[in-house]
Amino acid sequence: MNSTDTTAGPDQPSSDQPSSDRSGSAQRSGDGDLALRMTGVRKTYQLGGEEVVALDHVNLSVGAGEILCLLGPSGSGKTTLCSIAGGLLSATEGEVVVGGQDITHYSERQLSGFRSETVGFVFQAVNLVPFLTARENLLVVDELGRRSGKAARSRADTLLDELSMTDRAKYLPSQLSGGQRQRVAIGRSLMNEPQLVLFDEPTSALDTKLGEQVMDLIQSEMRQRGTAAIIVTHDDRITRYADRTVHIIDGKLDA
Amino acid sequence: MKVALLELRRRPGRFSTATVILTLIATLLMLLGGLLDGLLDGSTSAVAAQQGEVIVFSDTAENSFLRSRVSPETRDLIEAVPGVAAVGGIGVAQLGGRVPGNADRDLIDVALFGYEIAPDGVPKLPAAGEAYADRSLESGGVREGMTIELGPQRTPITIVGWVDGLAYSGQGTLWAAPETWRDVVNENRPGAGVGDGVFQSLIVQASDGTDPMTLPAAIDAATDGATDSLVLDDAINAIPGVEQQSSTFNQIIGVTVIIAIIVVALFFALLTVERTSLYGVLKAIGATSRTLFGGVVLQAVVVTLVASAIGGTLALVLDLAVPPGGIPYTLLPARVLSSVVFLLIAAIIGCAFSLRRVLRIDPASAIGSGS
Repeated sequence: MNSTDTTAGPDQPSSDQPSSDRSGSAQRSGDGDLALRMTGVRKTYQLGGEEVVALDHVNLSVGAGEILCLLGPSGSGKTTLCSIAGGLLSATEGEVVVGGQDITHYSERQLSGFRSETVGFVFQAVNLVPFLTARENLLVVDELGRRSGKAARSRADTLLDELSMTDRAKYLPSQLSGGQRQRVAIGRSLMNEPQLVLFDEPTSALDTKLGEQVMDLIQSEMRQRGTAAIIVTHDDRITRYADRTVHIIDGKLDA
Repeated sequence: MKVALLELRRRPGRFSTATVILTLIATLLMLLGGLLDGLLDGSTSAVAAQQGEVIVFSDTAENSFLRSRVSPETRDLIEAVPGVAAVGGIGVAQLGGRVPGNADRDLIDVALFGYEIAPDGVPKLPAAGEAYADRSLESGGVREGMTIELGPQRTPITIVGWVDGLAYSGQGTLWAAPETWRDVVNENRPGAGVGDGVFQSLIVQASDGTDPMTLPAAIDAATDGATDSLVLDDAINAIPGVEQQSSTFNQIIGVTVIIAIIVVALFFALLTVERTSLYGVLKAIGATSRTLFGGVVLQAVVVTLVASAIGGTLALVLDLAVPPGGIPYTLLPARVLSSVVFLLIAAIIGCAFSLRRVLRIDPASAIGSGS
């Protein structure tokens, strides 16, 4: 499924709906305490000459260290929201501030730099580089971003240790189990010490028991680092791992 | 970049098809170049070895040794031209040679040169009736100390030593004193006889500080148009067949390079399509299109260098295996280098066809994808 698959269909409501801040973060005074602030974000696509609204004037704030669960059915716009928050897509309207950086008008190149330094991703299909070992999959983040060399290698080793993957550091993804691959993907997402980590259906490819283990791991890693996370899912069992759950339907947030 | 190199190291099989095809192309390119250089060498090396900057033909000779005659009087005029340091006569006769031990009708083709200024690699003038032989004639049965007979009049010439790599019009050469050459021509080509002091051509050495490029015009002016003078490179290209050979082979080499571009373009375009998902993920975690495309180019360059190394080795083995006087094949370092450069340029141009595809990969495709 690509990003367009997650957009709202042409029969969905228009973007003229009133916007609302349902994030519950009103107590936070400024962006200094926020990992993410989205204000009046709207995302539309042109499909067969018609405008399709994927996100409709969304306001959302995520505090530093907060774990937010974004729950919604397929096509609700949760992936689009996640993509905009992670700098993978640009909003059609509105303002997006991540870790104090206003990325609303960033160029492609600036967004690449932003992604390599400020956010982490864990994808649904894990998507490790198949010909790199577990350790190298972590280090690839350093190679693509600011090269810190020895510090990066040390950080990769620390992360693998925390994820109980030290003994599998030299294994290729094909030699790892699904859960181990997911651990490596979590490690990769933390390599750049991000302000915000975006998890896209992190347990969808895992059985229930393994899924719970992975969610426990995500929760403890985020808590330990004070890193904010948005977990995109359609599985409401995940919500118990989050500080807050936000529902999204037809491109609009609903607490 | 490191990721691209690791992929090459860990998944060599993925690049084996391209490597094999590019190796064949590299080998073909170097073989064609070697054949071209061999042919050119066989046609021109005797002229290219001349120790002078300008070659003077008579005005009606159309730059052909066989048609040209330069008289002693004309030579005097040329020697008086400012900037001319030395002048030496040269002449050539192309004849059949009978070799002792070979069948009576089993003639070898030779080009007998009479010279005054020793060309590069040729010793000082031998005595009358003697000549140095190009080593390629060894394959025709010629041996040092042997007396061979030239032309219908069977003029005897004794071989007193060897020279290497000096051929003319595809024939092995003999290098003799001017009188020996004159005697052979007058005995065997009575219709084309040459008088005392007459040469077919003159080799002119420029004095220090003289621009050789200015000499041909000055010489032709001094002889009042009785001569047609050329700098050495132009004289080499004027040898019959040289330009045609170069043109034909260069066209074949050009087509081969185009095939290399197509091979690289197709291969890396397919590889890029296969990697769309991976590139989407890498872009999502911060890779720029430039970084990804740089990796594609790096892989193409490495594959090309490996293919060139194998192709170069095969071409070198052939060069060592071909005996002197066998097929005209000469592998020159400059030719190997130019072939590698052509292939590298082809690889980079071929990769450029993948650039658009890499640019179009949407990093957002990494998210929401369960495939």
